[in-house]
Amino acid sequence: MTSIGTGYDLSNSVFSPDGRNFQVEYAVKAVENGGTAVGIRCKDGIVLALEKLVTSKLLKPGANKRIATVDRNIGVVSSGLLPDGRHFVSRARDEAAQWRQLYKAPIPTSALANRMGSYVQAYTLYSSVRPFGVTAIIGGWDSEAELPVDGQVGSGPKVGAGGKKDGAKHSGPSLYMIEPSGLYWGYYGAATGKGRQIAKSELEKLNLADGQLSLEEGVKEAARIIYVAHDDNKDKEFELELTWISSLDGPTKGRHEEVPKELKEEAERLAKKALEGEDDDEEEEKMEE
Amino acid sequence: MAINFKDGVILGADSRTTTGAYIANRVTDKLTQVHDTIWCCRSGSAADTQAVADIVHYHLGMYGITNEEPPTTQTAAAIFQELCYSNKDQLSAGMIIAGYDHRHGGQVYSIPLGGSLHKQAYAIGGSGSTYIYGYCDANWRENMTEEEGIKFVKGALQEAIKWDGSSGGVIRMVVLTAKGAQRHLYLPDQGYQGPGRQ
Repeated sequence: MTSIGTGYDLSNSVFSPDGRNFQVEYAVKAVENGGTAVGIRCKDGIVLALEKLVTSKLLKPGANKRIATVDRNIGVVSSGLLPDGRHFVSRARDEAAQWRQLYKAPIPTSALANRMGSYVQAYTLYSSVRPFGVTAIIGGWDSEAELPVDGQVGSGPKVGAGGKKDGAKHSGPSLYMIEPSGLYWGYYGAATGKGRQIAKSELEKLNLADGQLSLEEGVKEAARIIYVAHDDNKDKEFELELTWISSLDGPTKGRHEEVPKELKEEAERLAKKALEGEDDDEEEEKMEE
Repeated sequence: MAINFKDGVILGADSRTTTGAYIANRVTDKLTQVHDTIWCCRSGSAADTQAVADIVHYHLGMYGITNEEPPTTQTAAAIFQELCYSNKDQLSAGMIIAGYDHRHGGQVYSIPLGGSLHKQAYAIGGSGSTYIYGYCDANWRENMTEEEGIKFVKGALQEAIKWDGSSGGVIRMVVLTAKGAQRHLYLPDQGYQGPGRQ
């Protein structure tokens, strides 16, 4: 970055001569130091996982949750500056509530991602603000069922097939990642934070585009990926946070919830075992030399 | 009035607008489009219902563009209800919302005077409706064909026109299916036989 120190990095809303916004690039640096966050879009749901770095032994284990629920069916995990992440979530909740007020229905995940993308982008335009120091992963399951309009009297009669195609797929799981620039894409698997490189290469091995990975397998993979991506040398302690969203007839009944204790412990046990396996392999290789 | 039938929904209305005893318009169009395949039947104050339909038309247009997906009938009904309920003291509007969308097929919602929202198999409203509760109850059947549906709506509206002094003129209909919207017109001088599809 030869242009650093030339003054073009001091303010938002000022381009450098080669067309870059340095404040946004510095925000990305802030994200790169955050704990790893992972999102997986499985066949029948969404998994969100977070490597929560423990900054003090005085913090109560299991408290201070970082993966937030935005609407009943939508979760957000972010890495980067913690307060920025909380502000992001707060805004996302406002957007979801506003949508409900107007349309009397839950906000589609794609619409939330679109609105939050616009919101984050606005923070790259003005000299009076700085960009968001977070990259956020939004995961949601948009209900496949016919939901009544909020406040509707009764559920109405089930009349008139109306040419509706039985068994036609509607909605389902979706996953988006929003960067400090406001850029967002939909993903099969998304990773951000310190261990994103390792996490991404692990996600690629899962062939998520095939749509074969089940939700439960996804939970185990997410836990394993967080453990694999964790760097023991730099950070000793971390806590794993795991949430999931299934379809209406799945384990969470379309809601964003914490993964139950038993399944989480099982996933962590398998993750640790997989790690030990890796270490054994290395030793074996050494013995062969 | 609006009904569900096998392939979608049919909306129907007479065409009389009155100012007291005077017929201000004998060929009114009370079936108003708020999106491609979401329409409404307006009853009550013409000014109020037109204004409400205009606002909903705007919202649904914006919804379609910003979400790159057409709104559902439910979305339309929700916006109608919000407007009708939050302004209930100033409005005199009875709305029936009927639409077809690929997710839910045909749906009919009724929003009577107070601003409540009811999903119904079929809905009738306006001054003439009091005369046809019996007709509709006796003749409405689930999963009618398009032909049967049109015959039912026409029969009901003919009765309303016959008995209600504030109803009259021509019979207008809109048929909403996966194929889109199709208008119908039936004139009194031919015994409401035609011309039919427009």
